[in-house]
Amino acid sequence: MSILINENTRVLVQGITGSFGARHASLSLAYGTKVVAGVTPGKGGQFFENIVPIFNGVAEAVKETGATASAIFVPPPFAADAILEAADAGVELIVCITEGIPVMDMMRVKEGLKGLPVRLVGPNCPGLVTPGRGEKSHGGCRIGIAPGYIHKRGNVGVVSRSGTLTYEAVFQLTQLGYGQSTCVGIGGDPINGTSHCDVLQMFNEDPETEAIIMIGEIGGTAEVEAARWASENCKKPIAGFIAGATAPPGRRMGHAGAIVGGEEDTAAAKKRILAECGIAVSETPGDMAVTLLRHWGKA
Amino acid sequence: MNIHEYQAKELFDRFQVPSPKGQVASTPEEAAEAARQFAGSKLVIKAQVHAGGRGKGHFKNGFKGGVHLIDSPEQAAEFAAKMLNETLVTVQTGESGRLVRKVMIAEAVDITHEYYLAILMDRASCRPVIVASTEGGMNIEDVAHDSPEKIFRQAVHPLLGLQPYEVRKVTAALGLSGDLAKQFSKLLANLYKLFLECDCSMLEINPLVTTPDGRVLALDAKFGFDDNALYRHPEIVAMRDKEEEDPREVAASEYDLNYIGLDGNIACLVNGAGLAMATMDVIKHFGGEPANFLDVGGGASKEQVTAAFKIILGDPKVKGIMINIFGGIMDCNIIAEGVIAAAKETGLPIPLVVRLEGNNVEAGKAALKASGINITTAATMAEAAEKIVALVN
Repeated sequence: MSILINENTRVLVQGITGSFGARHASLSLAYGTKVVAGVTPGKGGQFFENIVPIFNGVAEAVKETGATASAIFVPPPFAADAILEAADAGVELIVCITEGIPVMDMMRVKEGLKGLPVRLVGPNCPGLVTPGRGEKSHGGCRIGIAPGYIHKRGNVGVVSRSGTLTYEAVFQLTQLGYGQSTCVGIGGDPINGTSHCDVLQMFNEDPETEAIIMIGEIGGTAEVEAARWASENCKKPIAGFIAGATAPPGRRMGHAGAIVGGEEDTAAAKKRILAECGIAVSETPGDMAVTLLRHWGKA
Repeated sequence: MNIHEYQAKELFDRFQVPSPKGQVASTPEEAAEAARQFAGSKLVIKAQVHAGGRGKGHFKNGFKGGVHLIDSPEQAAEFAAKMLNETLVTVQTGESGRLVRKVMIAEAVDITHEYYLAILMDRASCRPVIVASTEGGMNIEDVAHDSPEKIFRQAVHPLLGLQPYEVRKVTAALGLSGDLAKQFSKLLANLYKLFLECDCSMLEINPLVTTPDGRVLALDAKFGFDDNALYRHPEIVAMRDKEEEDPREVAASEYDLNYIGLDGNIACLVNGAGLAMATMDVIKHFGGEPANFLDVGGGASKEQVTAAFKIILGDPKVKGIMINIFGGIMDCNIIAEGVIAAAKETGLPIPLVVRLEGNNVEAGKAALKASGINITTAATMAEAAEKIVALVN
């Protein structure tokens, strides 16, 4: 089953002719993803790698190819516009990879998307992977920038703000023989489209997901809200990790959203609350998979 | 990005947010001239540094206090001479203090009441929120703790903007009426405009004051700007004072590297902010002290990696380096090339532990091996942290 994407999802790539967009569209294709269209205003009529048609606008791309998901690799000054264009074109799942979008742009975009039948993931996120059943998990759907080879098809759902910490958790699981249903990177920005709680709810309903790893960091209350929801509603075992125990207060630690505002959004406070909510908290990033397996009763 | 008090006043003036009269000066003569301009008002001279606690601070030349009342243009020049190009030490600057390059001659206002007024981006509601309190001039966290009912919050709709009825609510919450209410309403509307147009993340006025002669003024302001929006605010970027920042961080920003200096002796170079934070955490977990946060990002070039390495090596406190890379966007071979180039240029006098995984990892590992540089490798980040702590201790 998986959530949000599967091996049949038809994906378009906004910004496919930029260097990042191109590199990752290529890697996604190699992974087996159905990349069916690209969009770069002014380059309509060209082809990406001789097989993917490029369009001037998202509406045309959707009409011609039936794409339902979009990966956005558009630079920060134009990314908010790209999100709104995709929503207007009827895209169901928008995954915005771009880092550096002004916070006020995202504030307005989020308001503008209200009431529309669209899910936004990100921005400033590594994207989503539903691993395939082929060799090195090929044949799945990869939207974004994650390295494909670390994945394995299986039953653990992974949700995280950080891309590279997601890869750590996924690789640990794969090496221990446990695969993933879907891996969702929600991104590091303070205002984003999808929260930890949103994803936990989806994993909770997904028959293929049996256990969950949740990765967070300092700043904001998203992990705490997710944990509190889970303690009342989630049927499946969850392990968590919070990065930034050593972060000095008041400094933005890379991610725009990773800044300690007060007592409640430190790593220590979040870990404590997660534990109180029945989530098994991993003390170090190297133990995330092992912590889950113990909590799940597999180890 | 921080700005000086006199720059905050420039922004306030531009957006018609009333504040006490003031003029910046870089020489004693300019200070005297500013004082002459404001003849007839009670005046203070204030050292301009990005740190609080100026009034109670002291200069390394013996002069006490970074804020003084002045009684004449001559005294303005005299005090300015004792402050300019001297180092001011306050509780916030640490022992090394800050070099004072400018002073501000400002009107000393009498205060009837001190209020608190702030606007910040609230991530939970995804809206700007106005925070106002009658309890100004003190630590707002204490007010929040002791008398939370004295803090009024008004969220503003991101598309509709600040409505007059919302301004009336805030005005009433501060107990203002009559002419003071009128002045405050205008101030708040203009402040909100400033907040939006400058892409602020936070704007705090503490205190906002009413005066015996019936004015409403912003007495002290703290600004935070959305770093992501600076590309569209060259006028704000121009206000940046690199001399007030950690020189390692200034060097890093010239290469678009995300670097934050800390006090430890084990440096780290990582791709991805979450992994970088976790790397600092894991170094600490195994008994080491991280020297920095450094995220080279997903698109780092060989030059950026080399620059990052050199900045790390330029820090005398650093006794060991841990590189932790899990390549998504990041190409492991680019990291390897950058590290090799930097190590060859600088000689690598300290232990280096490298853990590489991800995109193009085999090429990266092969390049490091072939380089002949003395590198300890590790398969996992825990192993890497344990090794570097052992090598440094």
